[in-house]
Amino acid sequence: MENTKCECGHNNPVGTILCEYCGKPLDESESSGQPLEMRYEGKARRSQTQNTTWFDRVWNFFSSVKVAVYLILITLLASVLGTLLPQEQYIPSNRPDAYYPQKYGTIGDIYYQLGLHRMYESWWFITLLSMIGISLVVCSLDRVIPLYQALKNQRVEKNISFILRQRIHQTVSTKEKEKESALDKWMKVLQKKGYRVRREGDSLLAEKGRFSRWGPYVIHIGLILFLFGVLLRLLPGWAMDEFVYVREGQIKKIPETPFYVKNVKADIELYDPQEMPQKLEEQTPVVKKYETDTILYEKNASGRLKPVHRDAIVVNQPMEYKGLLLYQADFQPNQAEAIRLGVKDKKTKKKLGSIRIDLYDPKPTYALKNGVTVRILDYFPDFIMDGNRPTTKSENPNRPAFIFEVDSPKLDEPEKSWMIAGTNLDDLNRKNRYTMDLEKIETVNVSGLKFRTEKSLPVILFGGVVAMIGLVMGFFWFHRRVWIRWAEDQLYIGAHTNKNWYGIRRELEQVSKECGLHLSFTPEEGQGNQ
Amino acid sequence: MVHLMEYLLFGTFILYVISSVAFVTAITGKKSRDGEKVHLARWGKRGLFFASAGAVLQVAFTVTRILISGFFPTSNMFEFTAFLCFAIVVAFIVIYFMYRTVTLGAFVMPLAVIMLAYAAVFPREVKPLIPALQSYWLHIHVTTVALGEGALAVGFVAGLIYLIRYVGLDRNSRTATMLEVCMVVVLMFVGFILASFAFGAVGYQASFQHVFEGQTVVQKYDMPPIVAPIDSQALQVQPFLGWRGPLFEAPSWMQGEKAASKFNSVLWSALTGLLLYGVLRLLIRKRVYELLYPMVKHLDLETVDEISYRAIAIGYPIFTLGGLVFAMIWAHEAWGRFWGWDPKETWALITWLFYSAYLHLRLSRGWQGLKSAWMSVGGFIVIMLNLIMINLVIAGLHSYAS
Ligand code: HEM
Repeated sequence: MENTKCECGHNNPVGTILCEYCGKPLDESESSGQPLEMRYEGKARRSQTQNTTWFDRVWNFFSSVKVAVYLILITLLASVLGTLLPQEQYIPSNRPDAYYPQKYGTIGDIYYQLGLHRMYESWWFITLLSMIGISLVVCSLDRVIPLYQALKNQRVEKNISFILRQRIHQTVSTKEKEKESALDKWMKVLQKKGYRVRREGDSLLAEKGRFSRWGPYVIHIGLILFLFGVLLRLLPGWAMDEFVYVREGQIKKIPETPFYVKNVKADIELYDPQEMPQKLEEQTPVVKKYETDTILYEKNASGRLKPVHRDAIVVNQPMEYKGLLLYQADFQPNQAEAIRLGVKDKKTKKKLGSIRIDLYDPKPTYALKNGVTVRILDYFPDFIMDGNRPTTKSENPNRPAFIFEVDSPKLDEPEKSWMIAGTNLDDLNRKNRYTMDLEKIETVNVSGLKFRTEKSLPVILFGGVVAMIGLVMGFFWFHRRVWIRWAEDQLYIGAHTNKNWYGIRRELEQVSKECGLHLSFTPEEGQGNQ
Repeated sequence: MVHLMEYLLFGTFILYVISSVAFVTAITGKKSRDGEKVHLARWGKRGLFFASAGAVLQVAFTVTRILISGFFPTSNMFEFTAFLCFAIVVAFIVIYFMYRTVTLGAFVMPLAVIMLAYAAVFPREVKPLIPALQSYWLHIHVTTVALGEGALAVGFVAGLIYLIRYVGLDRNSRTATMLEVCMVVVLMFVGFILASFAFGAVGYQASFQHVFEGQTVVQKYDMPPIVAPIDSQALQVQPFLGWRGPLFEAPSWMQGEKAASKFNSVLWSALTGLLLYGVLRLLIRKRVYELLYPMVKHLDLETVDEISYRAIAIGYPIFTLGGLVFAMIWAHEAWGRFWGWDPKETWALITWLFYSAYLHLRLSRGWQGLKSAWMSVGGFIVIMLNLIMINLVIAGLHSYAS
């Protein structure tokens, strides 16, 4: 491979902008008098030196910041697209194919057909995120190594044109006999400002805050960890998300776990008008608390349920047991659980007693006084007519309907009795001797509980923390360097920072003041216009 | 207590107004006897004093509100927007101590005034927290977001100053036209505030009845109807200057519960804004940014560019912490997931991606200066979209909508 030789005698790899040894600009386009391009110290990166195999090409593609910006912007636009209409999980319907066209017309239909209603899970969106992930790894490796080497091996003595082409530079005429005291003074004052100063011959290099240069890479590592944590969720058992409704008093199995959960009691609490902080115009009650007193059971070897944990779950305070999280996610007050029916003999006008039917688990027959029995012929928990055929919409007793058969020694043959949602169908039941009247509906509160395991949460959180550390390193500290070189009765001063030029300018003005000079490093007011 | 709170809020507002006036005086005042430099320094100091006093009063307001309600006030539109205003002032004071640019105050403080006025448009009564909002993580998350956005807003203002300075008196560029469009948009924002207060003051009311998702609902208007809900019947429409409206019906896709009423407010804001703009143009006989140009013409472009960048560099990490990290922790506790792609979350991500793109683009030189200034404006538009559009129109889980 051809090398670029600098006049100082150092051999630089192709693609080098500033001589690795003395800092002299090598590239022709770099000798225009404009401030120097100081990124990566002008060092050649892999992506600029290798371009032969397909691996090189992929590497070069992903190492480009331009590509990174495109990826970020495409992800941004896609995300906007995804918020134009609600995503599938936020629509109040489980028939997206019908919901979108019906609610949003043609636009909704197109949205649905393009799969934008589940955009964030779509293969192309995930591909975008993965490409950002790959790009993060590649671009960081491509740059951090040359940057590290360049900063570690940097020379104190720099070419004068390197110093003069820094954005901040000054020249002070200094006689040879004043040289030593001048360099000494600069060294002392810069050290006082927290710089680490090195001297070589007639040159000084003062540097501070180098670690902030690693900030962006630490950010990227954090992001990679984060994305990795998200990826881990795809492993079986690492991320589980289930939802069950549990009635008060009921025990239910938590799918895909050895655990069972009991809703001991579920409560809703409203704000007392007295404790409202301020009288409101509208007096609608405001919910203060949803709470479920929960017991968690584990099935042991002999198949028995053993209580392992008990806690009151409220919104924002999930219960946690061995990595399993339980959330209060929904609350349905006063759901029918059982009904109590009074059975009466129309002829004798005597009550024969009452029966209690568990709507979730009705018995086939109920026995009453005088040998009367009530048999349940058919039960529809969530009654609906499908054409002229009765059927049920769900297993929840939202609208319970029964067909009873009442038998008694006094009847020649058993009579049928219809009841829908607690009301007798008088037309059908008129001829019956025995009537059944609703005495009471027993209700319970139902809690919607969400179960979750999230094993990669520590990784995800750790990634976030690392990224934050990188952000603080990179944005609240700055890498400042000052080069000073004496040659031929002149003291050349040049300075560079990766951020906050104003800050380094002011600092240098203070330093020069303390050195007994009053140099200005500030651009003239009104300059730089257009 | 409630009265005290209202007085404190009003006092804050007045102090921010005085601070704005002081800063503007500092950079435009007639050359005083003591010379320009002394005049600038003196009024700059006064501006900063009043801004700080306003911030202190706003802290007192916040504390009073906490004493009344028992929680940190970031739970609805009023509280959040007022806190955002506070964050802008705090970020400004911090940046001011770094760069000592008085001109920045002359632009940031009016923005703070507008923000606080905008906040006051929303219902101010203290409401108790619903269960989903009862979490200290929520308050940590929202305050951090606001503080980050405050710094980003200062970055936007510096970007705007850059543009005004850059364009100067040259009208023949696209930049000039776009800049003037920005001014009109700001005026429309002011228009919304003025219209809200004006119609609120006279107690204007109108209502329409229509069918929404199979149910008959009544939609209330607090501004005279220019547009009515689709297929609706007017129940009551107060005449406004003899005009009873409405002129037309909302398009069919605009069916949300309050969509037409909100659309109506947007129309009023646009109209009032344009009216303001027209009157202003007649009075000053030049473009609005040209009116502002003399205030900024002494500034060094490179320094303004750096202030904008610096403010964003401060805001970005804070926003990342609040809008993404804390947001995920809270969502994890409250909703049982750390990310759910609800519109509000997604727009926080969009904001973050936008500023990430800004930072990466700045790494290559071409995107410093002019382009960078436009990006800072774009970023603020994204933040405002999130605050206004998403909260009021798309409204996700974050039930800030009034
Ligand atoms: C959403 C994803 C990303 C975020 C949030 C992010 C964030 C950041 C941040 C905050 C900085 C510091 C900028 C500054 O100091 O002004 C940075 C620098 C950088 N980023 Fe990214 N980045 C992302 C993706 C990428 C990707 C995919 C690439 C791949 C090419 C990339 C390449 C770089 C480079 C080269 C730097 C400059 C490093 C230096 O100055 O030494 N970034 N990134």
